[in-house]
Amino acid sequence: MRWLSLLLGTLLSLNVLAAIDTYEFNDEAERQRFRVLTEELRCPKCQNQNIADSNAPIANDLRREIHRMLDEGQSDDEIVDFLVTRYGDFVMYRPPLTGKTLLLWFGPAALLLLALLVVLNIVRRRRQAASAPPVTAELSDAERQRLSQLLDKQSHD
Amino acid sequence: MRRAILLLPLAVFLLVAVFLYRGLFLNPTELPSALIGKPFPAFDLPSVDNPEQRITEKALLGKAALVNVWGTWCVSCRVEHPVLNKLAEQGVVIHGVNYKDINADAIKWLDEFHNPYQLNIRDELGSLGLDLGVYGAPETFLIDKQGIIRDKFVGVIDERVWRESLAAKYQALVDE
Repeated sequence: MRWLSLLLGTLLSLNVLAAIDTYEFNDEAERQRFRVLTEELRCPKCQNQNIADSNAPIANDLRREIHRMLDEGQSDDEIVDFLVTRYGDFVMYRPPLTGKTLLLWFGPAALLLLALLVVLNIVRRRRQAASAPPVTAELSDAERQRLSQLLDKQSHD
Repeated sequence: MRRAILLLPLAVFLLVAVFLYRGLFLNPTELPSALIGKPFPAFDLPSVDNPEQRITEKALLGKAALVNVWGTWCVSCRVEHPVLNKLAEQGVVIHGVNYKDINADAIKWLDEFHNPYQLNIRDELGSLGLDLGVYGAPETFLIDKQGIIRDKFVGVIDERVWRESLAAKYQALVDE
């Protein structure tokens, strides 16, 4: 148990050391905010990377700029706004809720709901079919007579 | 009613096909500029040709113009350059933003390849580029007489691009 916690401690501390940072921060909270911001903002040049991952010169500039603004004590919203006024909503990996993005935000949930309704409908119909009274097997006297006639005839053949 | 439901998969397929077909011809690297309709950002930077001369956004007022973001490190800018020279000869007003470049290299380049720019702003640190939302070069902004950014083109302006889209837009701004 003791060696396990020791091992875990070593591994975890390595993880902390591996965080990419050439920037100095005033405190841990600010470092954390920098991490979150650079991970949630998209690099305008290399489109499927965030600012934290990208090596493009522009991503480098934007990291420096974000660090500068954090250092000046600007809020996360102010920093995101700064980038959005320059690069548009495109830079946000978490787009704002507007008329244009309604489908984006609620489309998947709406499709899921639709699928659920369809499945429920199918299940309900099957249940109804199963619980419906079976067709009665009672035969009338005339039918019974005819049946035995047929059976007799067959056995005589 | 039953029939209509049988046709549903086909309808869904067609809808998806239309979207995917359109997607084939979209260019994902073309971002709409967030600055269209807004005034050219404020700046106070030296000129490429003369370090003593300061240029501010006020210098851009009065004439519709192209503002071309370029750099000697930018390979496609070299492809674009002869086209800009030609346009400048035809009387198109072109200003330059020398973006994150070494000034000596920029001067050498202009000597060698001819200078199509009326004003050439020296943006060594890329601060104006950042305010313009530039993410590569070349990028070209169209500004009107009031210094409002009216359009943006990302990539190389060649003869075809000019003829088919930018010429008319520029002319409209001149005629305003």
